[in-house]
Amino acid sequence: MTPISSFLRFAHLPQSRVEMTQNANNKTPEQLEGHHMKLKKLTLAAALIASSLASSVTFAKDDDTIKVGVLHSLTGTMAISETTLKDTVLMMVDEQNKKGGLLGKKIEAVVVDPASNWPLFAEKARELLVQEDVDVIFGGWTSVSRKSVLPVVEELNGMMFYPVQYEGEESSKNVFYTGAAPNQQAIPAVDYLMNDIGAERWVLLGTDYVYPRTTNKILEAYLKANGVEDKDIMIQYTPFGHSDWQNIVSDVKKFGSTGKKTAVVSTINGDANVPFYKELGNQGISAEDIPVVAFSVGEEELSGFDTSPLVGHLAAWNYFQSIYTDENDAFIAKWKAFIGDEDRVTNDPMEATYIGFNMWAKAVEQTGTTDVDTVSDALIGMATPNLTGGIAVMNPNHHLSKPVFIGEIQDDGQVEVVWETPGTVRGDAWSDYLETSKNLMSDWSAPMNCGSYDVVKGACTGAK
Amino acid sequence: MVKPFLALFFVLSFLGMAFNVGAEEQSFEELVAELPDTNFKTLPALLDKFAEQDDPRTAILLTNLLGGDVYYHPRSQQVITMTKVQGERQFIDVLTSEVIAEPSGVRLRKVRVNNSVRSHIRQLQAQQNISDSNPDVRLKAVKNLLSDVDQISPQLLANRLQKEQDSDIHALLSAIAALHELDSGDESKQLDAINTLRGNLQPDVRIALMQLQQRDALPETVRDALNSTLAGIETQRKWYGWAENIFFGVSMGSVLLLAAIGLAITFGVMGVINMAHGEMIMLGAYTTYVIQQAFPGLIEYSLLMAVPAAFLVSGFVGIVIERSVIQFLKGRPLETLLATFGISLILQQLVRTVFSPLNRQVAAPEWMSGSLQINPVFSVTYNRLYIILFSLTVFFALMIFLKKSSLGLHVRAVAQNRDMARALSVKSNWVDAATFGLGSGIAGVAGVVLSQLTNVGPNLGQSYIIDSFLVVVFGGVASLWGTLVSAMTLGIVNKFLEPVTGPVLATIIVLVGLVFFIQKRPMGLFPQKGRAE
Repeated sequence: MTPISSFLRFAHLPQSRVEMTQNANNKTPEQLEGHHMKLKKLTLAAALIASSLASSVTFAKDDDTIKVGVLHSLTGTMAISETTLKDTVLMMVDEQNKKGGLLGKKIEAVVVDPASNWPLFAEKARELLVQEDVDVIFGGWTSVSRKSVLPVVEELNGMMFYPVQYEGEESSKNVFYTGAAPNQQAIPAVDYLMNDIGAERWVLLGTDYVYPRTTNKILEAYLKANGVEDKDIMIQYTPFGHSDWQNIVSDVKKFGSTGKKTAVVSTINGDANVPFYKELGNQGISAEDIPVVAFSVGEEELSGFDTSPLVGHLAAWNYFQSIYTDENDAFIAKWKAFIGDEDRVTNDPMEATYIGFNMWAKAVEQTGTTDVDTVSDALIGMATPNLTGGIAVMNPNHHLSKPVFIGEIQDDGQVEVVWETPGTVRGDAWSDYLETSKNLMSDWSAPMNCGSYDVVKGACTGAK
Repeated sequence: MVKPFLALFFVLSFLGMAFNVGAEEQSFEELVAELPDTNFKTLPALLDKFAEQDDPRTAILLTNLLGGDVYYHPRSQQVITMTKVQGERQFIDVLTSEVIAEPSGVRLRKVRVNNSVRSHIRQLQAQQNISDSNPDVRLKAVKNLLSDVDQISPQLLANRLQKEQDSDIHALLSAIAALHELDSGDESKQLDAINTLRGNLQPDVRIALMQLQQRDALPETVRDALNSTLAGIETQRKWYGWAENIFFGVSMGSVLLLAAIGLAITFGVMGVINMAHGEMIMLGAYTTYVIQQAFPGLIEYSLLMAVPAAFLVSGFVGIVIERSVIQFLKGRPLETLLATFGISLILQQLVRTVFSPLNRQVAAPEWMSGSLQINPVFSVTYNRLYIILFSLTVFFALMIFLKKSSLGLHVRAVAQNRDMARALSVKSNWVDAATFGLGSGIAGVAGVVLSQLTNVGPNLGQSYIIDSFLVVVFGGVASLWGTLVSAMTLGIVNKFLEPVTGPVLATIIVLVGLVFFIQKRPMGLFPQKGRAE
């Protein structure tokens, strides 16, 4: 992070009462100003602290609410994707409250803005757990943000639902992963390209951070295990928010002009996708020649720009808005009504949030408490309907069993299923294709209670 | 046990017979009725049957299928195309070709196509279109056939070769003919074919030649000719690869130039470290957005309207900033830096509040999309091409303005020696405001351009402010030529490094290189001589 962006957070208007205290307690750049300002500022800060103390006192007395923390970036490069999830949680809370809340109490959503700033995710998570005393957190998108929150929720024994597809190689007692693990998205997508499209040369493009790097490591191992040679794999990483895609796209074009079918696997994240797809369109790479399969591009990212040059490029997810089921139709209608916009779309992380919230609510209702350990135990084995006509089950490794769909992008920004797995796929926390993790398994149910159990050594290698 | 199987066998064979017999006489209507029951595997075969018919409706149906516009009613199985005509949805019955009312109460189901079906349709269309009267349609058809030359029969090819008048299409047709000959196994025919293909840059030709090269049993003469032809093609490809890289570099340089040129004036000429420069760019980009929202029917002209508008908006904001803040901080660079940084945060927050923190969608006009195909391996995208031309135009216009106009004269005079200029009755305060406004205005114009290349959001300016300072410092403060040369150098160096090192490392290498360069030459590429300070 540049100094500019670390200053940035001071620039945001307070999103909630919580942030006001935060700003008053921290040293602000204004302190660089002259002495005569100090008195004024002291008074102001005192007033702010006093008011926030007063309000937290009132909240501490307030026992008839259950608090749900929402930790999604509302500003910055990830806002394009994460704001939607914040609204999804609010919609779910709203709906649950209309049904009478949980355990006879109202649910209150506490929204904070970590501003696409990874260290800020840890601070905000701590704030939610300590100051707000929330019972559960729904949040995160990028893996760096999750990695940043992880030590905090583990230290404070919080509970977090992480609703986005990720690279795996992790299993925490305090985190429930409702997005796809690599074997529920990346591996089936590569299988489809290899078997149905006949791809022989592979370009792995990604944003330069932990999710793309780990996913590509898994994919590279998987491709090599399937007899793809080194010279037929090209890997390239770009920074967050990359906007000049000219030579990368041109390189892909050259790489794909050897007569062997070439496919691009994209783990490009955030708003860098918009200039990337624009450049693909401008340089005339059609999906029939070189299909691009993306793991971070869904209906939300596609909405609002002209997708006609992208028709036929692929996306792999566990949910698409275009899937016809009654549950899905109802969910879409509810979402459009909640957000008050007929043109809004739904996407996979929203479904993951939906499943996560429903599972948590059901577990709380079943156990009659919001205690983290009790609810965690109840969550394992929990089954709730997903939106694509099946049942999602929470496995002992804190990952879901979900179906996998491959879809082609249409000119209206929707994605249409062209392939799907016959049944559900069980999320695998530790990839079987990496040397370092192929012997590991995760099981948070008694008696094992371990996130990384080495089946060869017969011992738990991580924290219990 | 045997009986049911036997019965099944009879039923199946009967169905098979019915199917076979039907294949001969299936009418367009019958084929359309089968559409709702198809899947990706069976659809191509059905489309082949469509193509065998001479029904005029087939061509329209294929085009609509390609566009994904064909639907069917889930209950009545009526096949309907749904197209958008001037934003209004129009429903047409495929059989009667008549416009019908929107079917109410149901979600129409789509006749789904995927990539392989689409390329199959394109091949079918190409076979039909190769005899089309429109040369553009023929050209497209021939290009499509090039990727799979077995699709066209030698008789049809010979026939077309004879009739074709258009030289481009004729060349492609002879290439297809040569590709046919390559597989003939006849030595002299193969040699002729290879000679025809000499210097042909079509990727499909190169692939076919490379595949031939892999074969073991080749006559010595053919192999020699093949090797030399392929070597020639490779050399040409390499050259065009270089040309492409230079184009990419120049295009990146021209973006840097546009972003930095305003700063070259405020920072270079006036000596003000303006951290809010990036936000002036952002304001320009948002101006483009507002104009597109205000005139939704004029997207094609929106950029032309946005250029002066963005210049005025950013220029006005610049003047306000200069009058209200910067003029009081003259000669105190650290405080100017902090104050303008504060302004940049205020402007960002303002945009967040007014427009939302999410990125705004700025549409690209038709003339900015697509690419200019110079030859099969070298093409330049239109948006980049126009941006290069535009940024050079802005650069030279500014140059002329500073050299020839009286305000330009005053600006240069104040920059060189403020006291002397004032003694000669130049209103230096007024000149400062105008200069700052000019620099900010040009930043606004850069914003219009960037709205076409990247996301328009509150953080847009931040990603360009560092680059802009780099360009100005590297080029030499107060030298417009320096800014031009340094922007282009940085762009080209970056683009030549990128394929080797990847974009992340390329940026780092460029930065480290710059640090060393500034150590050696603190005044940049073109230091100003004899500045009175």
